[in-house]
Amino acid sequence: MTDVSNTPLKTTPLHGLHTRLGARMAEFGGYDMPIQYADGIMTEHNWTRSHAGLFDVSHMGPSFLSLPQLGGGDQAHRKVASIIERLVPSDIAGLAPGKVQLTVLLDANGGIIDDLMIGRPPRDDQQGMLYIVVNAGTKENDFSLIAKTAGAEAELHRADDRALIAIQGPEAEAVITGILPEAVPLTFMTFHEIKNTAFGNVIATRCGYTGEDGFEILVPAEHGEAFANRLLEDPRVKPIGLGARDSLRLEGGMCLYGHDIDISKTPVAASLSWMVSKARRERGDFPGADRILRELKEGVPSRRVGIRPLGRAPAREGTEIQNTDGETIGVVTSGGFGPTVNGPVAQGYVDTTYTKTGTPLKLIVRGRALEAEVAALPFVPAKYKR
Amino acid sequence: MTTYYTSEHEWISVDGDVGTVGITKFAAEKLGDVVFVELPDVGKSVKKEADMAVVESVKAASDVYAPVTGEVTAANAAIVDEPAKVNEDPEGGGWFVKIKLADMGQLTGLMDKAAYEAFCASQ
Repeated sequence: MTDVSNTPLKTTPLHGLHTRLGARMAEFGGYDMPIQYADGIMTEHNWTRSHAGLFDVSHMGPSFLSLPQLGGGDQAHRKVASIIERLVPSDIAGLAPGKVQLTVLLDANGGIIDDLMIGRPPRDDQQGMLYIVVNAGTKENDFSLIAKTAGAEAELHRADDRALIAIQGPEAEAVITGILPEAVPLTFMTFHEIKNTAFGNVIATRCGYTGEDGFEILVPAEHGEAFANRLLEDPRVKPIGLGARDSLRLEGGMCLYGHDIDISKTPVAASLSWMVSKARRERGDFPGADRILRELKEGVPSRRVGIRPLGRAPAREGTEIQNTDGETIGVVTSGGFGPTVNGPVAQGYVDTTYTKTGTPLKLIVRGRALEAEVAALPFVPAKYKR
Repeated sequence: MTTYYTSEHEWISVDGDVGTVGITKFAAEKLGDVVFVELPDVGKSVKKEADMAVVESVKAASDVYAPVTGEVTAANAAIVDEPAKVNEDPEGGGWFVKIKLADMGQLTGLMDKAAYEAFCASQ
């Protein structure tokens, strides 16, 4: 993490709205962000699981990687894909038009630099471009790495002049139907551009970070607040802060960069081997391929798992994990209370011998060994629109 | 019965040489939804300004400090069973423990209601 103590915090295009909505603000990824609103984390979490939550995710890093000339069908797509594939282990060349893929940027040793989304535009005249969204706290480094890797072959355009707004929950589709009906036909992990809306040209992606159905919508900054207000006019929608975003993603079994994954972890250790696609395994042409292919074959010493404390006490990040003999076998990387689970939930890394669901564990919380077991992820079943 | 307050946002309401202790409304609001409470066992000795209990919200764990030195004579099982009670009535039914004071003189270092309210306003 960069030291932000002496740097003024950045703000998103919705900062004024958060303040007017009475949000409790705090620093996240270098931005002054809403942690919660008046209702509090528990209510916001439960609202998102039963209705629709609006999240300002404008602090993240949306961008476009483009060849000098767009169009030219599959060939142009394969060309731009070949550039980003120098950094990721997924089959970007093989993405169908309109599809989005969650993947990771890797260093030469196979360590995870960041997790990110990469989308292939559906339209023919936009082939040769990729829509890329990286994390807030890592975006400066990611963007310079991608730009450097692309060199003169492609140009990275940061979409800093936009607001990124997520609407998540079982009523998200119904809400969007009245506001951006063109987004409704999208299925999970697909996206398209919608031109000339009341909020300018927008990009709608059917995805999210809660385990619920929903959309992330990129709108020009000057329309960000109007778009958010339009959503909030619907009584099914409430604003949701980063506190509930974290408890929702934790129940959803998703990783938080800098906690559950970082440069010291490979996709295999992070239980993200599915990101290393078949075509890329065969070619072995991604960063850290020697190590990752060896790990896929021979295994890793420790791996990310879900952990369910059996009592009521949450086990926070950094909690030591022991086996039933009292030997240290791992550490919790995120943990807290899951309002939908109605109990504590966590993720962590344990020695590979202990990764089977149901394996008993001990969590050392304030000097005491609390009972826990390895749990299947996600804790709450995903409700994506396939 | 007189109630005193600490700069760590605990209250202690003293009757004879026994004080009922909890966290203030200000602290409960700052914490957000309480999901877990850990209390000391009855009979345990606690020391002024040392960790006495733990209160956890969805997001974080916080220590609760003993406002005075003494022995725990009662612990409120109701907030262990139903942690939300801490948010509902922090300065009443959401009390944490009762402490038999070892030194009544320690109360003089604490704030009264007016001083505590002024302290919160300056936070």
